[in-house]
Amino acid sequence: MDGNPRTSDEGFADGESVADALRLDGNAAAGILSEIFAVDLTAAEALCAGCGASRAVGALLVYAHGMGTVVRCPSCSAVVLRVGRTPTQLWLDVTGARHLVIAPRN
Amino acid sequence: MVEVITETPRVRTLILDVPGWPPHRAGQHVDVRLTAEDGYQAQRSYSVASAPEDAHLALTVERLDDGEVSPYLTDELRVGDMLELRGPIGGYFVWDVALGGPLLLVAGGSGIVPLMAMLRHRAAALGKAGPEARHAVPARLLYSSRRWNEVIYRDELSRMAEDDPALQVNHTLTRELPEGWTGFRRRIDRMMLAEVAWPPAERPRVFVCGPTPLVESVAATLVQLGHDPAGVKTERFGPTGTP
Repeated sequence: MDGNPRTSDEGFADGESVADALRLDGNAAAGILSEIFAVDLTAAEALCAGCGASRAVGALLVYAHGMGTVVRCPSCSAVVLRVGRTPTQLWLDVTGARHLVIAPRN
Repeated sequence: MVEVITETPRVRTLILDVPGWPPHRAGQHVDVRLTAEDGYQAQRSYSVASAPEDAHLALTVERLDDGEVSPYLTDELRVGDMLELRGPIGGYFVWDVALGGPLLLVAGGSGIVPLMAMLRHRAAALGKAGPEARHAVPARLLYSSRRWNEVIYRDELSRMAEDDPALQVNHTLTRELPEGWTGFRRRIDRMMLAEVAWPPAERPRVFVCGPTPLVESVAATLVQLGHDPAGVKTERFGPTGTP
């Protein structure tokens, strides 16, 4: 509601500018991903299923909040990874990554 | 915790003794978890400030007035208190001397912390090897702060630069200048980056850390100047301050 013409013209929800301000790097997802993966996933290469761009997970964009972490592609904004947290479980959604190339722990 | 160092009016360094801590890499962070008596938990990430070579783990924390975790860490935590840590975390925003240089570090405010770990590691790893080894991995820092008394690690940075001709430290101040200030006096912009940065042809390793707007503007400008986007690694601190 700050009257930013770009966001209102493009019809983004009011939350978009808030989300912009809260944008972090893939590095910020390293902690929650370390609860799932045996190796550090931020150094892994992810191929975006949306646009085919390939990047280190650490170079993707992270939107983190209490319920979990959403990792988006900087090229096309598609969701690449999603980790949700409930009181007893972690939910991992990787449908946005065509593949992950991971260097095994030596 | 074994010691607290006051860096600036709002920033303190916590020196921690962590038995069995695996050696971290410069640039990594840890998650600090606080648990209240009623079981409520809050967790935040803090960059490691110390070099892997250092005996203790150092975390430098900026107090955010409306923060849930940082005011406790900077104001309430006492020597002898225990802290719950997870880490070291992250394998992307990391540098060690084996990765080589030249090294370009750009920091805004408390974004200096992981970059300081890199500079401390560089000094520790190359210090004994002599000046030639340091010249093989030269480093430049561009550090934006609001005021001179808000510059974190100010004395240590100037000592490091005095001792090491292969390290160049550049400050810019955006709000208030001390008398006789001869450094930069504006937000980091294209002209400043063109002046300070290594030419793209030198293929520097670039690390940018600070508040989200600063990081995004610096990274975009470096790419405009011809730097390889894959060689520019960023760590956004989120909306925690405006240098």
